[in-house]
Amino acid sequence: MTIDKEGRIHRTAAQPDDPKDDCLNRIAVTKYTLTTCLGRGVAAHRDALVAGRCGLAPCRFEDVDLETWVGEVEGLDAPNPSPDRRAHTCRNNRLAELALGQDGFLDAARQAVGRYGASRVAVYLGTSTSGILDTELAYRVRDAASGGLPAWFDYRSSHSISSLAEHVGRLVGATGPLGVISTACSSSAKAFATAARQIACGLIDAAVVGGVDTLCLTTLYGFNSLELLARGPCRPFDRERAGLSIGEAAGYALLERAARTDLWLTGYGESSDAHHMSTPHPEGRGALQAMDAALARAGLQASAIDYINLHGTATPSNDTAEGRAVAQRFGARVPASSTKGATGHTLGAAGGVEAVICLIALHEGLIPGCVGMTEADPSIQIGLDALARPAPLRNVLNNSLGFGGTNCSLVFSREDEVSAHG
Amino acid sequence: MDEHGFSMAARVSGIGVVGPGADDWGAMRARLLSESGAALATTRIANPEGLPPVERRRVGRVVKLAMAAGMAACRDAGIAPSVPATVFASSGGDGENCHAICELLAGEDRRISPIRFHNSVNNAASGYWGIATGALSGSSVVSAFDGSFAVGLLEAFALVATEGAPVLLVTYDHPYPSPLAESRPLGPAFGMGLLLQPLDAGAGPVLRLIGLADTPADRLSDPALEALRQAVPAARCLPLLSVLARRAAARVALDYLNGQCLVVEVAP
Repeated sequence: MTIDKEGRIHRTAAQPDDPKDDCLNRIAVTKYTLTTCLGRGVAAHRDALVAGRCGLAPCRFEDVDLETWVGEVEGLDAPNPSPDRRAHTCRNNRLAELALGQDGFLDAARQAVGRYGASRVAVYLGTSTSGILDTELAYRVRDAASGGLPAWFDYRSSHSISSLAEHVGRLVGATGPLGVISTACSSSAKAFATAARQIACGLIDAAVVGGVDTLCLTTLYGFNSLELLARGPCRPFDRERAGLSIGEAAGYALLERAARTDLWLTGYGESSDAHHMSTPHPEGRGALQAMDAALARAGLQASAIDYINLHGTATPSNDTAEGRAVAQRFGARVPASSTKGATGHTLGAAGGVEAVICLIALHEGLIPGCVGMTEADPSIQIGLDALARPAPLRNVLNNSLGFGGTNCSLVFSREDEVSAHG
Repeated sequence: MDEHGFSMAARVSGIGVVGPGADDWGAMRARLLSESGAALATTRIANPEGLPPVERRRVGRVVKLAMAAGMAACRDAGIAPSVPATVFASSGGDGENCHAICELLAGEDRRISPIRFHNSVNNAASGYWGIATGALSGSSVVSAFDGSFAVGLLEAFALVATEGAPVLLVTYDHPYPSPLAESRPLGPAFGMGLLLQPLDAGAGPVLRLIGLADTPADRLSDPALEALRQAVPAARCLPLLSVLARRAAARVALDYLNGQCLVVEVAP
């Protein structure tokens, strides 16, 4: 490890830090689940990934009049808010709660609360738009005279950016640190990093991490105005790719300081592009920096990575820039795919959803395919394959890159029959 | 919180304040020491330094507020703003921008301006900070309703401990326009930057995190400042600033969530 004259720390992957020099150890991943347009829970996603199924469909959300496809989760539509309905039921928190109930995740989280004590368990979750859909709908029915919002509108349980963490914290019964990480499309990947830091430092013993984002008009019309929406289902890394498809999803993982498990969060790396608000650095500078930092923290060489789950939004600029960064570090040797062709771009939930896909891949020995890609962009020289295939996996990398030039890479590793450092 | 033997401590090497009645930390320190109780003048938010003119025209007042507080803390610490990792902690986003988008989406023509859309992300301040300063290190953006400052402090301390490098925490809140303001009333615009360093880095008061506790938050004896503390989540840092202004050794209880406080020990 070296520190340059500006105070930046540089680590080299070949020389992992002395554990005494760095308070990060591996973090145990003891439970995980996800709900997307592909279905509810791990088994549904394993099957969909093996089959290379796409969950996207033409957009019929609300009264949206855009020609685009979306990844909508079934069963989230509730009656329009009315004055006598209780709060805490915005679409985002409905999905949060639905997903929490899959795969026994809520029970596992409550058991962690029982085991460590409520104050030792944190809730750090990512979202980009929280329950803004409620606000969008409330603005349609403002009082004609006063301009006021309708009585059913409840800011703290919907629009408020921290509403998601407050809601999940209540359901889990955790009273430790709680917060929402909101950095656009890297949000829920960064939640893993925040929790890992605090476990490593002894602030907490366990954390519920991940993220939830749901369909709303702001993102559909916003990405449309940036001309980043594909008209059909998105096609990550395809030579004909023409933009992204928005999805909604929830993905959760339970992180613990010490537990018997075979799955570990071994590295994370974060960086900023310092370039542009909505366009990635053309050479993928920030993405490369985040991947290198994650490798260094995991003490791994690039050659130790067996699969990369790419950010791969299917916009021309993202895939080109990310492709350059991945090619520079990994060449075409490491299998890589974007699963957004199956789930859509789930924005603030993408990091959490794709972290869980990485965990499924590790556990199952499965390399997910790049769904939607029919002919790989010949200018992007990385290990893309449209089809899923079985392979023994040891270490996998997940990229999440967002507006504002925010980047986060995570490394997950499989190591059987080993307990965590205390 | 230190039961696992980690020293969750950091040194304060710079403070920046942009708030009502105080354009900088010097003015706020004087006000905290005087306890005059006088009414506070309207917050003045400077144009951000370092942004190219095109970008400067695009940023909202919330981003300007955060950038001004952060830049002032770096100046106070004598550190280039490109150096520290950053943590941005606020209870909400850019209310004016959000209001404009929601009005538009409630109408017939829903074509949002691209700039409005990319300014709507909750990490807008972080993104523009990077563009203005060239800072390439990680940037966290955290929110915990009225406890946003405390959760930002936790994140900043964990970063100092794990990275062993300077970290800039910026906490800021700007009031919403009507009708959002009726649902989420916030006091005057307030931003505070805190430049934290590992203990072996130079001089400056030392903060040590003690833990979350079910104790009431410390209050301020100056009624105008206490009203500010209660009205703005970012201003929940004022009891800490008050102790730092006095250069006193003390324990401070800072508002978190659900009746809890984050207890911090200050050694001058």
